[in-house]
Amino acid sequence: MSLVLDMFTIIAVLAGAFFFLAGTVGLLRFPDTLARLHALTKADNLGLGLVVMGLLPQAEWPLDAFKLIAIWLFALLAGATVGQLMARTARRGRTTS
Amino acid sequence: MTIPDFLLAAAVFVLATVALGLVRILRGPNDADRMMATQLFGTGGIAALLLLGVATEANAVLDVALTLALLAAFASVAFVQSISLADGEDPKETKSQ
Amino acid sequence: MTLALAVDISLALLVLAVAGWIIAVRDTFAAVVGFVAYGLLLGLIWVRLAAPDVALTEAAIGGGLTGALLIGAAARVRKTETAARAEYPGTLIRTLAAILAVTVAAVLALGILALPDPAPTLAPAVAASLATTEVGNPVTAVLLAFRAMDTLLEAIVVLLALIGVWSLTPDRVWGGYPGPRRPVDPDGVLAWLARLLAPIGIIVGLYIFWIGADLPGGKFQGATILAAMWLLVIGAGLADTPPVSRIWLRILLVTGPLVFIAIGFAGAITAGAVLAYPEGYAKPLIVAIEIALMPTLVLTLALLVAGAPQRLPPQ
Repeated sequence: MSLVLDMFTIIAVLAGAFFFLAGTVGLLRFPDTLARLHALTKADNLGLGLVVMGLLPQAEWPLDAFKLIAIWLFALLAGATVGQLMARTARRGRTTS
Repeated sequence: MTIPDFLLAAAVFVLATVALGLVRILRGPNDADRMMATQLFGTGGIAALLLLGVATEANAVLDVALTLALLAAFASVAFVQSISLADGEDPKETKSQ
Repeated sequence: MTLALAVDISLALLVLAVAGWIIAVRDTFAAVVGFVAYGLLLGLIWVRLAAPDVALTEAAIGGGLTGALLIGAAARVRKTETAARAEYPGTLIRTLAAILAVTVAAVLALGILALPDPAPTLAPAVAASLATTEVGNPVTAVLLAFRAMDTLLEAIVVLLALIGVWSLTPDRVWGGYPGPRRPVDPDGVLAWLARLLAPIGIIVGLYIFWIGADLPGGKFQGATILAAMWLLVIGAGLADTPPVSRIWLRILLVTGPLVFIAIGFAGAITAGAVLAYPEGYAKPLIVAIEIALMPTLVLTLALLVAGAPQRLPPQ
């Protein structure tokens, strides 16, 4: 059983790391602000989410597992809001203050 | 390779990846891109801290990641607000559409 | 070269690179964004140095609160930046300043490298006396028992900083509301985030404050989280900054240091020295000081970021 959990951890963490890499490549290579925002939110949601999922079997239950999920939820909330607001200001062409 | 070693290696990989994204801070070309690079770095830092915390079984590191998640959200929101409040306030900036 | 050494060298080089960029860049706003990244990076370095309390404080203050403070300041200064650039000091003064800075850094580096190995430290003394303070976290014991004087002075200094910020108020609006009037959009994205995140953030802040007795955490980090959540609610327009003329505000601001001072002088009578705790009462007194300091710190940090009053006081 623990072997299955370990395999799950390895696969999920590798997938999460891949999305962080994809997010960075997107941030560096995409042509304009809105496209880069798209790459960033993927890294935020999927990268962190997969890492958290992969760490859940390894963490102590319940407090550590709750903390991991809470951290992911905070990152999701922040990413969703900031993505929305930044997309609006970028769309209006006001990307500097 | 045991699971803690793997998690540590993953932490270093994620950190190196999002550190590369900091180049976007250098290149710009506008402030929104720079803030997005910082946010990616923040999320990657949170992921690296989570991997580190579970690998070394140090709960304190999870608390650091928790604080970082909350405060990074706050800093990003402050940034987006300062863009929309400068150069004449647009009261419909946050209006849902 | 082991992995740990490679990580350390990479982190050190990254810090230098980001710091160099912050100083070299022309645009204030970009420098502030770089500063937020720098704060996050320093937080990671503190974790690497096995100092989670410092990492908590760095992540909270350096990454979040100071970042928001500087972002607001940079946005306000933006209109006058080009005019101010004409008054930059000349090359000679800047070179002299650079030489001074490099000299100080070199002296510090030589001092640290010249330390004997192992370096002199009070850590064993703290560990030996930890049981007398009845707290489990040695950092909390040092801050609130062995070096309580420093914490007391720090609380007063932060209060003085707030008064310094208030001293920038134009006479006309003295006692008024800090910060601009935020546009309210109860259905907007920002209000949604504030409603969802703030209650959970408050719980997290109180949790970090409470575990400071035995685990890394404490009043300063907890107060920073609470202040950030309050500022989030203010920024979304769901609440307004309190006018600085309010009595409850001023009472709460001075309560923390006053309680601290009172307990300190009471210690002179009951335990023989100022800021000494009588036998067996150490932990309740430490908790009382922390609880009294919490509102002070939350208000001070939030009001520092909110800034000097800008709008007329209530009639």
